[in-house]
Amino acid sequence: MEKLYTILVFSENIAGILNQVTAVFTRRQVNIESLNVSASSTPGVHKYTITCYCTEEMAKMLKAQIEKRIDVLQARYYTDEEIFLQETSLLKISAPAMLENSEVCRIVRHHGARIVEVNPTYAAVEKTGTTEDILSLYNALNKLGVVRQFARSGRICITRGTREQLDDYLAEREKERHG
Amino acid sequence: MTPSNQELITGSEALMLALKAEGVETIFGYPGGSIMPVYDALYDYTRGERKAFDHILVRHEQGATHAAEGYARVSGRVGVAIVTSGPGATNTLTGVADAMIDSTPIVVIAGQVPISALGTDFFQEVDLVGVAQPISKWSYQIRHAEDIAWAVSRAFYIARSGRPGPVVLDFPKNAQTERVEFKPAKVDFVRSYVPYPKVDDAAVRAAAELINHAKKPLALVGQGVELGGAQQELLAFLEKADIPAGRTMLGLCALPSTHPLNVGMLGMHGNYAVNLKEQECDVLIAIGMRFSDRVTGSLKTYAKQAKIIHLDIDKSEINKNVKADVAVVADCKESLPAITALLSKADHSVWRESFKPLDEMERTKVIEPAIHPTEGPLLMGEVVNAVAEATKGDAVLVTDVGQNQLFATRYFRYPKTRSLCTSGGLGTMGYGMPAAIGATFGAPDRTVCCFMGDGGFQMCIEELGTIMEQQAPVKMILLNNNYLGNVRQWQDMFWQRRKSFTRMMNPCYELVAQGYGIPYEAVTDRKELDGAVAKMLATKGPYILECAIKEDDDVFPMTPPGMSVNEMQLEVGE
Ligand SMILES: Cc1ncc(C[n+]2csc(CCOP(=O)(O)OP(=O)(O)O)c2C)c(N)n1
Ligand SMILES: [Mg+2]
Repeated sequence: MEKLYTILVFSENIAGILNQVTAVFTRRQVNIESLNVSASSTPGVHKYTITCYCTEEMAKMLKAQIEKRIDVLQARYYTDEEIFLQETSLLKISAPAMLENSEVCRIVRHHGARIVEVNPTYAAVEKTGTTEDILSLYNALNKLGVVRQFARSGRICITRGTREQLDDYLAEREKERHG
Repeated sequence: MTPSNQELITGSEALMLALKAEGVETIFGYPGGSIMPVYDALYDYTRGERKAFDHILVRHEQGATHAAEGYARVSGRVGVAIVTSGPGATNTLTGVADAMIDSTPIVVIAGQVPISALGTDFFQEVDLVGVAQPISKWSYQIRHAEDIAWAVSRAFYIARSGRPGPVVLDFPKNAQTERVEFKPAKVDFVRSYVPYPKVDDAAVRAAAELINHAKKPLALVGQGVELGGAQQELLAFLEKADIPAGRTMLGLCALPSTHPLNVGMLGMHGNYAVNLKEQECDVLIAIGMRFSDRVTGSLKTYAKQAKIIHLDIDKSEINKNVKADVAVVADCKESLPAITALLSKADHSVWRESFKPLDEMERTKVIEPAIHPTEGPLLMGEVVNAVAEATKGDAVLVTDVGQNQLFATRYFRYPKTRSLCTSGGLGTMGYGMPAAIGATFGAPDRTVCCFMGDGGFQMCIEELGTIMEQQAPVKMILLNNNYLGNVRQWQDMFWQRRKSFTRMMNPCYELVAQGYGIPYEAVTDRKELDGAVAKMLATKGPYILECAIKEDDDVFPMTPPGMSVNEMQLEVGE
């Protein structure tokens, strides 16, 4: 059965890893839903957060083939229950339309979104949450025809587990380096 | 303290020292603009006092990579190719892909435009790392001379360790000319790369348990055994539990063909009994093989009755094609003895005997007619058999791709390890001739016999120039059927005999041989075959023996594509 998996990849900071990681998805004909690349809590280690719909079997395969790339430290896959996840979004809303229609402000407040700037032309609104939260806000505002721009980030996440698996891996490898 | 200018050497010289430190002795290469500083350094390091290498000038960069592969395959060392940027670099890609899929350790060093020019569509600029990454084990751009020692050592470590493979080093010209103080580096640890996973004891126990309860165990032996140098460990394992073993095409030398537990070659054109028995065994033990589609046929029906044990060093192979009940991810040199220690002695002679009638069927229906025909034109099988007999199993077999490859691998003998170079996973026509050149350098004391079709002979025919110049003692056996035979066979069997562009006009190979000054003989008559083979083997240096082969002979047995291994056919239209 296909479901949404979040695949976390940790790699060394060497040029060209992103290509290698995404190439694995392309070869396996799995579409990447979202992708976020950032530094991790370990100095020099890059973290890739990738979401995709696939079967667990495929997720395992993707993991193994990503880990096969020399400079990849670790790849793991998670379901939504196993992680804290967040996405963020920004919306640019027409200011005159907002003043005319009190519904706009109500929707923004109702969704717990934040107005980060207002000027005579537009308001910039920021909403952080799940994909559903964000799309719900966007759809509601869009129906009123007030959205000028919309941007949604890829998912970021941290795991719920109590063990830090990357740290465990690195510690193990350090022992092997010296042993 | 900064070193004085005299202690500084160029990046090109640093490359020489780094290659020397890796024990490189032979380099296959081709010069060009972006690699000229390296070739200038090679001038010093291939002669006189500083001589460290033999450089073999090939005639096409594809040849350099296949030669490096052939060298690596027979010697167990890393093959090296040096080429220029742009077209020189792209010409190596077929060899890189070939080495990747067949786990062959090579390092390709390609020139590149200076980093200041990267991205500007400079003359002969190609994003080599970008194109090589998906088809290589590791690709890296050495941007500055101070990275050379580290990058080269890392490249060799990655190429040869774990599951071996090709590494591509992209070497911009500025790094070749910058001056550095050379500090040798020895990379034998990369924290993100675990080439030798630890044997998992629980998996070992589970595997032994399954084997100890098996009534009809069958082992599938792959190249991993040879790559891991685990032939002795394999024998101990098979013999203790009395397990019959089939070998993949690339695993043919992992178990001597004369061994009583050897039950032949697996796969689409392998042996009949073992293909059928894959569907009857109760425990299937795959050792250093990857369940290629050429071995398994249809996966939907493959070995469904059996418990599957998969031993492989590469964890991404586990459950990729065939789901394993037990997987031991480790070098089989480690995992095999661990399992063997837990095995009870067994006697599976009844099970093994049950292969015999099927073997007999294949022998009478397929093998005898193929290797001992009495009438009609020459057949590939009989030529291969004649060469195998005459070389008494001492020779290295190199093949090209096509019917020549299938007949050669089927009918050659493999008493020794590291005696086969063939393009398995990629099926690269043109591989044979350059790989054979490499093999003569990797195993200079052995006879190297290279079987090629008329199609493949022409795909890297330019390497006759290398053979001529080096007097590389390649015994070339040209199996000329005037067809792209393998494709023609498929057209006849599956495409209503519509021979679309498979008949091929051939040149006069005698004149070709003459042009290169290579001794040549043609055989058409069966009675002259043994004599011609003997003469070829007795002639020093290279030789071309052209055999006029029956035009429409087919390779059998055959499991038609997409069918189950038990649907293997012994003859046409069965
Ligand atoms: C580079 C490349 N191109 C095309 C093919 C497809 N192909 C596989 S076998 C074959 C025919 C080979 O003909 P020949 O070399 O004469 O060998 P034969 O089968 O006749 O022994 C072809 C075209 C291939 N394997 N490799
Ligand atoms: Mg042919």
